[in-house]
Amino acid sequence: MAHAQGQQHPIGIYLKIWGLLFILSTASYLVDYFHFQGYLRWFLIVTFMLMKAGLIVAVFMHMIWERLALVYAILVPPLLLMVLLGIGALEADYTFFTRGTFFAAATKAPAQHR
Amino acid sequence: MTQPVSTSSAQTFPLPEGLPGIVADFSSDQRAFKNVPWGKAMMWIFLLSDTFIFSCFLISYMTVRMSTTEPWPNPSEVFALTLWGKKIPLILIAIMTFVLISSSGTMAMAVKFGYEKNRRMTFILLLVTAALGATFVGMQAFEWTKLIFEEGVRPWGNPMGAAQFGSTFFMITGFHGTHVSIGVIFLIIVAAKVIRGDLDHERPGFMTGRKGNYEIVETMGLYWHFVDLVWVFIFAFFYLW
Repeated sequence: MAHAQGQQHPIGIYLKIWGLLFILSTASYLVDYFHFQGYLRWFLIVTFMLMKAGLIVAVFMHMIWERLALVYAILVPPLLLMVLLGIGALEADYTFFTRGTFFAAATKAPAQHR
Repeated sequence: MTQPVSTSSAQTFPLPEGLPGIVADFSSDQRAFKNVPWGKAMMWIFLLSDTFIFSCFLISYMTVRMSTTEPWPNPSEVFALTLWGKKIPLILIAIMTFVLISSSGTMAMAVKFGYEKNRRMTFILLLVTAALGATFVGMQAFEWTKLIFEEGVRPWGNPMGAAQFGSTFFMITGFHGTHVSIGVIFLIIVAAKVIRGDLDHERPGFMTGRKGNYEIVETMGLYWHFVDLVWVFIFAFFYLW
């Protein structure tokens, strides 16, 4: 049995991933520090976030060494959250539109997304 | 003396890999997750459910932030600290991120030394992980105190802008902080089991008749890495967005 001794990997890989996570965290902090705005900011934030999340799940949580049955059972269901995300975004846009029309009309010009 | 012959038929055949492997594992009419202790599979399933809980919080946060007509307070300024006479944006959150990532690194190494049955190193690394976790919670307590007493942020409003800022902030970081605190308690319990030799001598644990072994260190590690994983998303969506 390959896993009779559990998940044993050289210590070097953990130290390397640790270093990478530090670099990626610094990079995402610098996005804020240098005041990047707009799509560049969002693109960088999401990219660094997904890279960090991927490294933690793959190496620290040993996902790349697990059998595919477990990997798929754990990683596929969260994709359903995309549906919730879509519903939330649609609903939020609608709420924003109604608030802009009925609340802001009485006081000032329609509100703008920041 | 001759060695007893194993009569177990388990794992005699090589397991298929790839897509046929998934089909074979799930249709094997046995446990589906091969080569994984049951405690670890259960921890993964718990973490999956926890993923949905945190996702609900973060998606709700997205919804209220997108739908408010009030300006959202700028996290970069709200969480700035004045150090050495200079106002540095988001510095406390950055330090908290590094502390939590470091604790994840020491946890991963504790798992490695655990499987090597290196009792002393496992114990030390678990305690370092717990100390870093406690540091994180301490810094969060400082952050909350500053926000509540100096900035006047409440769940129902704040002087900077949209009222939803306070409610989502306290909900999301509060729930995450609770996870970290529970993790610290469990780390200390596991560390005590390691140093007492409970796992080496296969003593049954609290509330179970199962023999102790170093797999519980890895299961503990999965929980701890998950806490770090959630922070990655909170950091990106709440603090940086």
